[in-house]
Amino acid sequence: MITLAFTLNGAPATVEIDPADRLLDVLRERLGLTGTKEGCGEGECGACTVWLDGLPVNSCLVPAYQVRGARVHTVESLDPAALEPLLVHGATQCGACTPGVAMTACWIVGHPEILASHSLRELLAGNLCRCTGYDGIVAGVQAALDAGARA
Amino acid sequence: MTVHQPGTLREALDLIAGKPEAVPVAGATDLLVHWPARVAEHDRDYVDLSRIAELKAIAFRNGELMLGALATYWDVIHAGRMKEGFPLLVAAARQVGAVQIQARGTWAGNIVNASPAADGVPVLMAYDAVVVLASRAGQEEVPLDRFYTGYKQTRRRPDQLVVAIRIPWRAHDVAVFEKVGGRRAQAIAKVGLAIAHSAAGWRVVAASVAPTVRRCTAIERLLTDGTPVRGPDDLHPAIERDVTPIDDLRSTAAYRKTVMARLLYDDLRGVCPAFS
Amino acid sequence: MHRREGLAKLTGRERYVDDLPLDDFLWGATVRSPASRGRVTAVRFGRGIDWSQFVVVDSQDLPGPNEILLIERDQPVLAAGYVRHVHEPVLLLAHRDRVALRRAVAAVTIEVAPEPAALDFRVPPRPEQIQYGADNVLKHLRIEKGDVERALATAPVVVEGVYETGAQEHVYLEPQGMIAHMDGDVLVVRGSMQCPYYVVKALTHALNRDEQHVRVVQTPTGGGFGGKEEYPSTIALHAALLALKSGRPVKLVYDRTEDMAATTKRHPARVRHRTGVTRDGKLVAQDIEVVMDGGAYVTLSPVVLSRGIIHAAGPYACEHVRIDGRAMFTNAVPFGAFRGFGAPQTHFAGERHMDVVAHRLGIDPAELRRRNLLRDGERTATGQVVNDGTDRVAVLERALALADYDKKRAANKAGGTTRRGIGIATFHHGAGFTGSGEVMLSSRVDVAGLPDGRIEVLSANIEMGQGTITVFTALAAARLGLTPDDVVVAEADTARVPNSGPTVASRTSMVVGRLVERACDDLRRRVNTGGRGKGEGLKRAIMDWHRAHPGGRLVGSATYERPPGIAWDDHTYTGDAYGAFAWAAYIAEVEVDLRTYTTRVTDFVAVQEIGKVLHETFARGQVQGGVAQGIGWALLEDCKWQDGAMANAQLTNYLIPTTEDLPPIRVAFLENPYPHGAQGAKGLGELPIDGPAPAVLNAVADALGVEPTTIPLTPERLMEIAERGARNAEQRRQ
Ligand SMILES: Cc1cc2nc3c(=O)[nH]c(=O)nc-3n(C[C@H](O)[C@H](O)[C@H](O)COP(=O)(O)OP(=O)(O)OC[C@H]3O[C@@H](n4cnc5c(N)ncnc54)[C@H](O)[C@@H]3O)c2cc1C
Ligand code: FES
Ligand code: FES
Repeated sequence: MITLAFTLNGAPATVEIDPADRLLDVLRERLGLTGTKEGCGEGECGACTVWLDGLPVNSCLVPAYQVRGARVHTVESLDPAALEPLLVHGATQCGACTPGVAMTACWIVGHPEILASHSLRELLAGNLCRCTGYDGIVAGVQAALDAGARA
Repeated sequence: MTVHQPGTLREALDLIAGKPEAVPVAGATDLLVHWPARVAEHDRDYVDLSRIAELKAIAFRNGELMLGALATYWDVIHAGRMKEGFPLLVAAARQVGAVQIQARGTWAGNIVNASPAADGVPVLMAYDAVVVLASRAGQEEVPLDRFYTGYKQTRRRPDQLVVAIRIPWRAHDVAVFEKVGGRRAQAIAKVGLAIAHSAAGWRVVAASVAPTVRRCTAIERLLTDGTPVRGPDDLHPAIERDVTPIDDLRSTAAYRKTVMARLLYDDLRGVCPAFS
Repeated sequence: MHRREGLAKLTGRERYVDDLPLDDFLWGATVRSPASRGRVTAVRFGRGIDWSQFVVVDSQDLPGPNEILLIERDQPVLAAGYVRHVHEPVLLLAHRDRVALRRAVAAVTIEVAPEPAALDFRVPPRPEQIQYGADNVLKHLRIEKGDVERALATAPVVVEGVYETGAQEHVYLEPQGMIAHMDGDVLVVRGSMQCPYYVVKALTHALNRDEQHVRVVQTPTGGGFGGKEEYPSTIALHAALLALKSGRPVKLVYDRTEDMAATTKRHPARVRHRTGVTRDGKLVAQDIEVVMDGGAYVTLSPVVLSRGIIHAAGPYACEHVRIDGRAMFTNAVPFGAFRGFGAPQTHFAGERHMDVVAHRLGIDPAELRRRNLLRDGERTATGQVVNDGTDRVAVLERALALADYDKKRAANKAGGTTRRGIGIATFHHGAGFTGSGEVMLSSRVDVAGLPDGRIEVLSANIEMGQGTITVFTALAAARLGLTPDDVVVAEADTARVPNSGPTVASRTSMVVGRLVERACDDLRRRVNTGGRGKGEGLKRAIMDWHRAHPGGRLVGSATYERPPGIAWDDHTYTGDAYGAFAWAAYIAEVEVDLRTYTTRVTDFVAVQEIGKVLHETFARGQVQGGVAQGIGWALLEDCKWQDGAMANAQLTNYLIPTTEDLPPIRVAFLENPYPHGAQGAKGLGELPIDGPAPAVLNAVADALGVEPTTIPLTPERLMEIAERGARNAEQRRQ
């Protein structure tokens, strides 16, 4: 076991980990933060998306030992009010993809300048959803962006 | 499982000099796929490169671009001057996985992983990139087009790390990246192509059609010689010499060859007078 | 009203089976057959592992019959010395450490003396491959109307075609999983599932327990699409066996690879059409032969086949119809329920074939459909008189207008290295169980009045994203004049909720929703408000009742009753197959890259008549999700088989659509309330998967002037077809 200290959702965190743990395992099993989901364990589905030093990454592909000293944000850190547009536009159905979608969505909303070079659909391509056909997600993120632009 | 987390390159090189069986870890987007099921790999030693600040640099200097071994796709997409100077890198990076992979995956990892279907390798190769390898014994530079010796085989010795990728800064009048994947985003290439032309001549690099990403020297010669090409079919003899596609889970040999010929023809028709 | 549990899902608070806190438990795992068929000659436990630390369960450990109770009892819970498909469960292991468990699974070797496997359902089995009945036919069904042979013999034009569809993996984003533990002498199983009472039945049967000693609780379910209809019974049994043997809670959660490799998929199918038409395009005879791959056990194949053949003739009027259907035994991993339940396969064939017929006759595909769509008073293939007042041609016209069909069709194709095309599918989907199914289910819903005046809806129908909780809340609130916050929807816990039937067959809103309404009415009767009390008055009455009956339970309830005038004959396969059909017209526009033969769907219009839209956002979401899944099935989703095993059981190699693979999906609804559905609703969940594949392929046919017949239409396949066509044309010219 090794000791891992990092910043989790804005607060310092220390946890004993096995060197073979993925960040996903540490969050879910060792810290009980089960909001982050495992949909595939192969980097394809994005259900495990968290922000690592401000960028969305698949926590199933992050060796836990690499986050020492880093900033990690999980779905548990999101402001429910900010998620309202996603709720309203039908961005969630079964909800299994949803925490990952919410992480990518809020990251986009927090960095609207990225849309100068990237389309919403390109930025969301790493979050597979089998329920919505994506229209509800795209509409929800767009609405959140519009709300952000007005604010 | 033991993980070593050296803070400097020197430490890292010392470590793997003593433990050549240790596996370097960069963004882990290849190493950690299906990790829980790969129990046998949990018994190995790993050298985490992520703490080594020296490997993170991206620098333009002395007429070249230097990518440190930890440079990610996302770093390159957003680095200044990249789009103007090295548009193929940006084009390929945007087609690697999705944002979550781009944020973590490194160019050096792509090179060492040695997948024949890699997207980063073909554009680097088309730019005449040179792989900078270091060990305790010293540095060595291997041109990327000579780095691979066979399927998943490279010239890297186990005691060496890739520390940087050097790319000469040239003016290109042709620079095309093509990726045909199983779907429009986050897919592994069934056929990949990078085509570039500069004062150094033609570079045509193909992915997913041979055991390694490779330069297509017969095609390059045909372009250099200005051999007339009247349709995709005229490219087939050269393609036969350059690549050896196979049937696998993702596509067929016949499809790969045909698509390669058509993309080459279509991309070169506008820019190469010999193509009519 | 927004999704009731939506914010919990968006914030990650919703707890799925793998998220539940659990103390002092063991992880479970399954050891599977490496071979397609044969006798198990040895099970070897590798060296270097202390096996005494593992709980090991095999078929000998079953307290009851080694059978997974479903339509038949042919499928063992654990193979007993003989395997019939790759990945068939043979052994179960449990251990407190998951990594140790994974190593142990890898260290078990199951040796099988191989026997000849039947792996292609399309070719008749050789004698040594026969393992079911005399001919490996799991089920044979037939629908006959009129005299097909005579009609075909005299038809001015006869058009034939053979169409094939591949297996499809559900890819619900939450893999399957169960937790089992003992609570006193009650076995409790929690997990991701669509049908809690199916699981109860399977557990009581194979574990030899009565219903009082089995409790099944559905956990929030991260997608099902049919994949969590029958398979969860298997995992529940496995988890339960390990829990019974170890005396500890056991958690058995599949990873993606195991889920894809070992669980059910959509039945592959081959459908042959022989169609007689007049020169002006009136259908006179449809001779249809449907063959489906059932896999190694019967599972739900008979009912999938049934729905498949009932929909095979399409929403068209035709006097003479014969539909012959067979589900074949093969040594494939058993195929099972998947959204649409056989209808997508037969609709694909039928709708693709309609365009082939149109091309042959030189009639526009839209016009051919206009001429043949059922008018009120006409009969379907099973003889059901359609008389619901829906103008099916108007559904089509609406789609054509939205898609700007006439202009696009005239203008398309053209343009450098791409070709554009547009394609239609008109289709229907019967809601609820087929034939007498709903009567046999005899579903019940309870609505309880709580001491604080709120009410609680108790049903076994589950939320898996389609909106059950919200819709039931809205229905009950509307019926009783309450606010949504006055309504609680109970967790689907079989210790508390009555059996309202499975959450399948697009029945939840229409059939069960109607029961919710009726149970609400019954509750009002019971609190004796004289039939008038609603809203606050009703709440007060409920509270008064509880004051008068301390500790009592105030429950209104409703049991399914067959709507009047419905009759079905299971022997002749004639009559009213469904209480109601939903009707639809979908139009896809595609662009094909002639260099790579990749097909991109550039526009999609989905118009449907579904009785009544209960929730606009949900209904649209169901359609968009179904269309996405249908487009995936049509173009991308390709199960690769190697010796009966799925070779691409990873999301890297089995590709489902991403955001970039889909256009915005434009949805429109027409409403014609169905008197026996909740607020007039008909089923919607499955309909949208029926139309996309044929619409997309018809668009490709339009773009390239070829007739593709097989999905998924991968670029490799399309290149082959298009260039073969070109080569043939070349030869004809010479
Ligand atoms: C979902 C998903 C999608 C993907 N999509 C694409 C795609 O579209 N195109 C594509 O090309 N790839 C793709 N990949 C593969 C992968 O992301 C890339 O190959 C990436 O560049 C690997 O970099 P890494 O830093 O993550 O490598 P790691 O996983 O850290 O390492 C890969 C290999 O390189 C070795 N290594 C890494 N750095 C060094 C070094 N400095 N010196 C010596 N050895 C080193 C490691 O030991 C290992 O063998 C995808 C992966 C996933 C999971
Ligand atoms: S679980 Fe990490 S990407 Fe799917
Ligand atoms: S909401 Fe179910 S997978 Fe996205």
